[in-house]
Parts: sequence; C-alpha cells; structure tokens
Amino acid sequence: MLEIVIKAEEIFKIGSYVVTNSIILSFLVFLVLSVTAVILKNKIKLIPGTFQSIFELIIEFLLGLMDSILGDRKKSEKYLPLIATIFLFILASNWLGLLPGVGSFVMHTEHTTIPVLRSPASDLNFTLMLAILAVFATNFFGIVVLGFFKHIGKFLNFSNPINFFVGILEFLSEISRIISFSFRLFGNVFAGEVLLTIIFFLTPYVVPIPFLFLELFFGAIQALIFAMLTVVFLASHTASHEANDH
Amino acid sequence: MDAEIMNLLAIAITITIGTVGPAIAIGTIGSNAVKGISRNPEAASKIQTSMILAIAFAEALGIYALVVALILKFVE
Repeated sequence: MLEIVIKAEEIFKIGSYVVTNSIILSFLVFLVLSVTAVILKNKIKLIPGTFQSIFELIIEFLLGLMDSILGDRKKSEKYLPLIATIFLFILASNWLGLLPGVGSFVMHTEHTTIPVLRSPASDLNFTLMLAILAVFATNFFGIVVLGFFKHIGKFLNFSNPINFFVGILEFLSEISRIISFSFRLFGNVFAGEVLLTIIFFLTPYVVPIPFLFLELFFGAIQALIFAMLTVVFLASHTASHEANDH
Repeated sequence: MDAEIMNLLAIAITITIGTVGPAIAIGTIGSNAVKGISRNPEAASKIQTSMILAIAFAEALGIYALVVALILKFVE
C-alpha cells in the first residue's frame, strides 16, 4: 500500500522551487478552469446551450446565496468574482482529485514510491493560501467600504478598557478564522484521501463506489461552506451603519 | 510504558473523545432547526442557511481532533 504522508512529496525542482505532486494537479485544475472560461467566453450566446446553462445555474445559485446573506443584489455582483473563484477552484480541485489517475500513477525514487498526482486540497499549503486570501480579502473590502480608520477602529478601540479588550479579541478571532478555514478544508480532503487509499487497497472492485460518492458530496459541501463562510465574514466587515448608503 | 504505546493510545483517545462534542452539537443544531421550520415553514430557507453555517462551525471542531490524530499517527 502506498505510504500516507501529510506533507506533499516533491517530484522535481525548478531551480530552488520545489514542485510537489499537489502543485502539479492544482496547475492542471487551473488549466481546466481557464480553458473552460475561454471557451465559454468565445461561444457565449443569448439563448444558452447546455454547457453555458450549467455555468449560468452555478452563477445564479451563488448569487442567490450571496443575496440571502448580503441582502443586496448590487453587493452580490460586486463580490461575486472573489466568491465564485474560491468556490469553483475548490470544487474543481476536490472533484478532479477523484479521477482514476490521482494516487495511482507512481514514480519510484531510491527510497520510496510516490504518487505523481495528489488532491491539491490535501496539501496544507493550498488550504492555508486560500484561507489567508479569504481573510485578507474580507478585511481589504472592509477597508474599501468603511474607510481605513473605521475598520481599524474595530480592532483598536481606545474608548474604554472593555472595548479595548474586545478589540484584541476581534483581532484574535480573525487569526483563528485563518486556522479554522484552512484546517476544515485540509482535514476533510486529507481524511477522504486516506479513506479512499485504504478502501482501494482492501477491496478495489465495486465496494469503493459509495465511498467515491461520499467524497464527491463532501468535496462539493466543503467548497460551498468555504465560499459561504467567506460571504458571511464579508457581510460582517462591510456592514455600514448609515441609513442611506448607495 | 514506552513512547510508542502512549502514541497509539493518544491517537485513539484523541479521535474518540474529539468527535463526541461535535456530534452532540450537530444533533442539537439540526433538531432545533427542524423545530423552527415546523413552526414557521415560510422561513424554511433562512433557517436552512443558518443551520448549514452553524453545522460547518461545529464540524470544524471535530476536524481539528481528526487532524491532531493524523499528525500523531503520520509524523514521527
């Protein structure tokens, strides 16, 4: 049975940059998403065919979700690029990580055999990157909407000692969001990979089917939860307290 | 007891006790959400969205226990 390691294994080096197996698959995911986007853009029609309709469904679903949390269609459209990128990237990497080649194409080094492709989100670097991006983006949009001093005023509040303490706690909760975002996605995908490795080792035929369905389901749910939590934190940071804002 | 035995025990206990809390939490959230929907079926979609959000937070805590157990097992 293939060794299960938490750290993504190195395949080759470009100069001093280590290319791991999860970087290779995430680059493939990026290629798939980019080619799909270019094809859709060139063949966009007013009355959509099947391919375009699927993506219109996804965008409408995301916009509806953001409407219910943000309350305003204009705001949803403004923040849709960030949320849709997060959702589609995580969804595509989780689902492409279930394809038959992932984990089975191996290369032999002197000491061990390592798989050439590995689910991108099973690498803590990938999930940490997305978590930092999401938290920094929500704070950045908070600064854009509220102004720099009002946003910082939530964390450094010198009006009275209790508010100062609450501000410190708010700052710590931002840090803990980074950790919880990254570990939620990492734990789910890595545990799914371990489960699939063991099941495929024990009974390769027929029995893995329900586990593959489970992984499909969980991959989609984790993408949705990451996107939805980003929207919720975005809403709380960009909530403006004036009565008339356009 | 040497370190390896303690390591194996620690892995088992971490994952066993670590999933009890989130399990109870998710069950409570789900049952209260269903009660809320049964009282007010029109607010079903709002309640459902909040329920999914709350379940994601609760599940993340179980995932933390799983990650600790995995690190104990696979990293010497």
